Amino acid sequence: MKIAVCVNHVPDTEAKIKISSDGKSVDTGGVNFILNPYDEIAVEQGLKLKEKFGGDVIAVTVGQEINKETLRKALAMGADKAVLIKTNVLCDSYVVAEALKNYLQEINPDITLFGKQSIDYDNAQIPSLVGEMLNLPSITVVVKMEIENNKVICEREIEGGHEKVISQMPIIISVQKGLCEPRYPTLKGIMASKSKPIEEKIYNLPENKVEIVSLRLPQSKSAGKIVGTDVSAVKELVRLLHEEAKVI
Amino acid sequence: MKILTFAEQREGKLKKTAYEVATAAVNLGKQLNADVFALVIGKNVSEIASDIGGYGIKRVVVVDNSDLEFYSTTAYAKAVVEVAIKEKADICLFPASQMGKDLAPRIAAKLNAGLASDCTALKIENGNIIATRPIFAGKIISDVIIKTDLKIFTLRPNVFTAGANNGQKAQVENISIDLKESDFTVKAIETKLGTGRPDVTEASIIVSGGRGMKAPENFKLIEELADVLGAGVGASRAAVDAGWRPHDEQVGQTGKTVSPNLYIACGISGAIQHLAGMSSSKCIVAINKDKDAPIFQIADYGIVGDVLEILPELTKEIKMILGK
Repeated sequence: MKIAVCVNHVPDTEAKIKISSDGKSVDTGGVNFILNPYDEIAVEQGLKLKEKFGGDVIAVTVGQEINKETLRKALAMGADKAVLIKTNVLCDSYVVAEALKNYLQEINPDITLFGKQSIDYDNAQIPSLVGEMLNLPSITVVVKMEIENNKVICEREIEGGHEKVISQMPIIISVQKGLCEPRYPTLKGIMASKSKPIEEKIYNLPENKVEIVSLRLPQSKSAGKIVGTDVSAVKELVRLLHEEAKVI
Repeated sequence: MKILTFAEQREGKLKKTAYEVATAAVNLGKQLNADVFALVIGKNVSEIASDIGGYGIKRVVVVDNSDLEFYSTTAYAKAVVEVAIKEKADICLFPASQMGKDLAPRIAAKLNAGLASDCTALKIENGNIIATRPIFAGKIISDVIIKTDLKIFTLRPNVFTAGANNGQKAQVENISIDLKESDFTVKAIETKLGTGRPDVTEASIIVSGGRGMKAPENFKLIEELADVLGAGVGASRAAVDAGWRPHDEQVGQTGKTVSPNLYIACGISGAIQHLAGMSSSKCIVAINKDKDAPIFQIADYGIVGDVLEILPELTKEIKMILGK
């Protein structure tokens, strides 16, 4: 089975995000970057499929030289090969999807896995975009997955429950927390990752379709009222919620 | 100019988000002097489709097909694209629900259009539609414009307020889309609904618990309060990672971003990734024994104390005030 896993290099969840002086971009100076947590689950799922069906796991990212750190993490977890599609500018989802489409149609994976979204720009567009661009089925926000012969049976998260979805390979899947627990790279895996190949690709890509015009920090909320320090405060809290905030 | 508003239905009922998005579409239509119509897709949905008229929509296009009992990414995409082309839509609005987020990029790719996802506001400036969308789970707010002629937006549930239903019915126009078996390469065959409590992304009240709940069995205190309030149950990453709660309840940067009217944080200290996901809630209550917990910095009301003692009392008091 040929398995591609698309991964992104994102600021750590604990990072404070600053705005650059141009007011339109994010200042990532001093920020620790990680393999996007949802993509970590996608890598794990790819490795599980390889263990079951055999084949290769290829980790792919779109970005700059620095993204290789994230590819190394995927390699350390056990991916066989990594590919960096190089771009110089900040691409919108459409352009990233175009870049991935170009590469994926060169290698024709049986299954292409994504995290359900990147925790930086939170668009959650790319799996469906790539699916449509390659005219392949896609299932997003998957929490359960089975493959039998060519048939793919998944459960995807919907509001208040799950939806059971059937499809077939080749397929695009985006994964949600709960599908599997990502493994920690072993020391042996980390050592091996250093000698695994990272291929570089460059494609002619279209212009962004969505443009950021400005960034700002959210309105900061100020600390409110401490109603009390024990059970006796409950009556007053409920009164405030009912009469002042009018939320119950 | 023409605006298509996608009215999501599940199990033959229009979702609340259908009304929210329709109201946003009508508002946008007024500002742009554009015609607005709704699109409903499903099986036996012609009847309910006219209800969207209560929110200012005069005309609703319906794709009613017996093969569309459940959601199908590919068949829905084909139907939306055909309607958007036939109607010459300039703007398409979808809810940023699990259906809308799955579907909208497919439409964008098919029609070569820009898509702004999970928007929390739309405004017009110098003739441009500026969409506001939180990024980094809400640590930063971005304003974006779409540069293509066709513009697609998905709107975050629970943020755009639906107008009051004026009881009017929209004029229903059935349109037949030729759907073959090959259009159903992805097809839902069953929905499994959970506890019956509202999903955190849709709930107007959320009662959420963290590590301070001390043990998974103590979450029954949270569930009891949630049920009295008709609220959704949320959890911090710590509670989910400890295996106390299912992943779909997680609020924060690697969980759901929520903005209910009332968020009650129980035994949650307020890690930055959690605050990012819930700080846009309209009213926040924090109950925590540590007076220095960061959650108090953004809470409207707080009680410093033992959450396990306070929760039963809170449930009792609220029951009383609601007359339950």
